[in-house]
Amino acid sequence: VAKYHPTVAPYVESRVRALESLLLEKRILRPGTVDRVIERYVKDTGPLVGAKAVARAWLNSDYRRLLVEDAAAALAEFGLENQDLLHVKENSAEVHNLVVCTLCSCYPWAVLGLPPVWYKSPPYRSRAVLEPRILLREMGLDIPESKEIRVWDSSAELRYMVLPEPPAGFARLSEDDLAQRITRDALIGVEQVVL
Amino acid sequence: MNGIHDLGGMHGFGEVERESGPPGLERWEAAVIAIDDALARTGIQTIDEFRYAIETMDPQDYLDSTYFEHWLDGDVRNLIEKGVITREELEERERWFAANPGAPDAPATPAPPFQRRKVPPEGYRREVDRQPRFAAGDPVRTRVIAPKGHTRLARYVRGKCGTVFAHHGAHVYPDSNAMGRGEDPQHLYTVRFEAAELWGDDAGPREAVFIDLWEPYLQPFEGR
Repeated sequence: VAKYHPTVAPYVESRVRALESLLLEKRILRPGTVDRVIERYVKDTGPLVGAKAVARAWLNSDYRRLLVEDAAAALAEFGLENQDLLHVKENSAEVHNLVVCTLCSCYPWAVLGLPPVWYKSPPYRSRAVLEPRILLREMGLDIPESKEIRVWDSSAELRYMVLPEPPAGFARLSEDDLAQRITRDALIGVEQVVL
Repeated sequence: MNGIHDLGGMHGFGEVERESGPPGLERWEAAVIAIDDALARTGIQTIDEFRYAIETMDPQDYLDSTYFEHWLDGDVRNLIEKGVITREELEERERWFAANPGAPDAPATPAPPFQRRKVPPEGYRREVDRQPRFAAGDPVRTRVIAPKGHTRLARYVRGKCGTVFAHHGAHVYPDSNAMGRGEDPQHLYTVRFEAAELWGDDAGPREAVFIDLWEPYLQPFEGR
């Protein structure tokens, strides 16, 4: 077991069942809500909305501009509403962007789904702001010193997503095929998209 | 508060261990997400009260437990504190489920009626009459504070000079809202800090941190 992927304490399951049962009884929790959470975050295994938007942005420069300047309007094209606080940060030859939440693991759930365990772990949260280039290299992404690294620490309710640089040859793929290849980790800023 | 949650800039946690594949979600974790949504929707617990409750966890427990255990701990702490449930009824039912793990639900017990709370307006952005004190490009210095209560001014950016990158209108102010003192909306800014300002000679080249800070955290900075 990894050091900062702790195991769950044994009392947790019965405590959650107890809490759920009490809150249902007090009509604070509506029946069926837990199933809907599972439906939304686990059973929907298609490309993330964030990946679909990036695929479209790579193929269409008007859409790319919209995604960077008004992410809410851009994501509405995929049926996602209320994303006024989402900001998309575009990688380029000069700038690499990286997203973190040092205080509590805030994450753009609406576009990236469930956060991975490593994103919420103390090693990532402590080091992303302190030594991002060294951290990225350890995670397999080499950013040359000629390129500026911008770390976005989500301390308010604004949420950040990275628009990665397109890989060579991307234009021969369809939007759907590209969306399949755009990884969550590239949209956080810790890897590059490869075809 | 100067808690264990405020991890930015710490050493000693080692390498990031990246798991492969999509994150799984146990049923109990989905239940915690559902409970948390319900508490926000019904106005029982604001996001700021929730975060503050997590921050007040025992620091050793915080590091030894998973993310959704943090959520559970925060929810339980606030629900008991706010009188929505009692520790006794929770523990009694917990014992029942531990003894009857497969049961669909526990037999209902007469519960005291729950008083509905006033549900706060949607979202976090609010209209205020006050003009923003800063604009993009302004040099600012963050205040030095060490409150026992909740704040989103992370330790590593206290007393530091940066540049306002963007203004986002007024947002609910966590330092007030988490402590039950109302939303007290304040202008919110993204502020850019050069790595050398944060870490001195130990900073990497061409690195900068952008962090979202409320107006009360900031003072004008006239230059060195």
